[in-house]
Amino acid sequence: MADLTSTRDTYRSGHASRALISKDVLYRWLSWTIPAIVVLLWEIAARLGLIAPQVLPAPSSVFETAVHMAQNGELFVHLGVSLLRAAGGFVIGGTIGLALGIAVGFSPLAQALLDRSIQMVRAIPFLAMLPLVIVWFGVGEIAKIFMVALAVLFPIYINTMLGIRQIDSKLMELARVIGLNRTAIVRRIILPGAMPSILTGVRYALAHAWLALVIAETLATTKGIGFLAMDAREFLNTNVILLTIIIYAIIGVVADALVRLLEARYLSWHANYAKGART
Amino acid sequence: MTAIVTRRDARVGSPALAVSVRGLQRRYGSRVVIDALDLDIRKGEFVALLGESGCGKTTLLRALAGLDSPDAGSIRAPERPSVVFQEHRLLPWSTLWQNVALGYENTIGRTGAARALAEVGLAGREDDWPRNLSGGQAQRVALARALIHDPALLLLDEPFAALDALTRIRMHGLVKELVALHRPGVLIVTHDVDEALTLADRILVMRAGRIAASFEPGEHAPQALRPALLAELGVRSH
Repeated sequence: MADLTSTRDTYRSGHASRALISKDVLYRWLSWTIPAIVVLLWEIAARLGLIAPQVLPAPSSVFETAVHMAQNGELFVHLGVSLLRAAGGFVIGGTIGLALGIAVGFSPLAQALLDRSIQMVRAIPFLAMLPLVIVWFGVGEIAKIFMVALAVLFPIYINTMLGIRQIDSKLMELARVIGLNRTAIVRRIILPGAMPSILTGVRYALAHAWLALVIAETLATTKGIGFLAMDAREFLNTNVILLTIIIYAIIGVVADALVRLLEARYLSWHANYAKGART
Repeated sequence: MTAIVTRRDARVGSPALAVSVRGLQRRYGSRVVIDALDLDIRKGEFVALLGESGCGKTTLLRALAGLDSPDAGSIRAPERPSVVFQEHRLLPWSTLWQNVALGYENTIGRTGAARALAEVGLAGREDDWPRNLSGGQAQRVALARALIHDPALLLLDEPFAALDALTRIRMHGLVKELVALHRPGVLIVTHDVDEALTLADRILVMRAGRIAASFEPGEHAPQALRPALLAELGVRSH
């Protein structure tokens, strides 16, 4: 029997895929041309001595520094310490944010009790808390993890709460008709329904976490990517400063890729996140 | 006035009755939406409820579904009636079989859900997502979900109103088949006189919170009732 009801998607892709694929590949390569040209010009300018190495060392020389620091293991020690701080703060802040978000999103009582207070604290830019955090915890690890947790908490809280609020009340009515119990409602309707919003929160939280980490790591430290940057500044070692900036950027890209992986795993039902819909 | 409301009784008085309503009343503020209404629906009987917007027919259906609490009267209905709404209300994040088996994963499971999907002409689509369905297909899945536990009472709230005319005709055939197979008592709320004439064993016209007229189309020429029905609904036919 002919399938008269095939979706528009299959119709479209079946029709025009041959022409589109080569164009897609072409455009993907094309998107790299400007970055490549910039790096190339930068390298040439540095080699010709047009830019002083203290101001901006050649990309190749930054790369050599990276290789050298990777070989003696220094790079990974600092990277590991930074990642541990970020992960610790993220888990603590994320857990608290998620729990509060679920409670407030779900229960009017919890909202009445908690939401105003949370919103008042949220109004403070978390970086403004830094001096107070130093007074409370000193400049040790706890202060750094606290800063990251604080940065992560609010985006996760807000997006979890909003995600739960936006769940279609008609689906909740259906759950009532079917007679689902509370656990099943949370597992089958609330959490999956709020997941797109929660993952948006995770994305914001990761961006905030790195910001918190960069600032926190400029405090007296002996380990971490931030320490590398501060230490290199003392010795005007621009190579290392540049390297740390690049590492922060790479971590950001990797974190974003991680969220996309989660999206692909948990939002495959969603047209916007289905395979190939986002590049 | 005393409000005596008997709710959700698993053992409906007579074994042949799917639902039994006595003296039902529902007010919104001072406005009486349902007024001293009596209604019996036998198992296997298909009842259509017609009426102008705001006549109380959706409120009645919601009361039978347990989604609305009446102010007075008694409802003897099965503990778990099924409802198909105007929108399919499928969970977009669950596959079709998970949608059909919602709440019955452990008792009916994937095999039972697959059988129910085959019944509505969607065999082999167990792992597909709701977003890949047309409006008619989605409503068929909603029907499969409603019938998964063989309910004694099936409530249909304008289930085909959003579908195109041809799909609607196909759905009428499917619903008739499924009801003959599962034999629940059915109450369909609709605006469509022809839909009521095609599907129902009994057609009730509701006006101002009461059942104003009752028709039994019977086997022969149900269309003959059309002018009388329309007249009850305040439409003069030529």
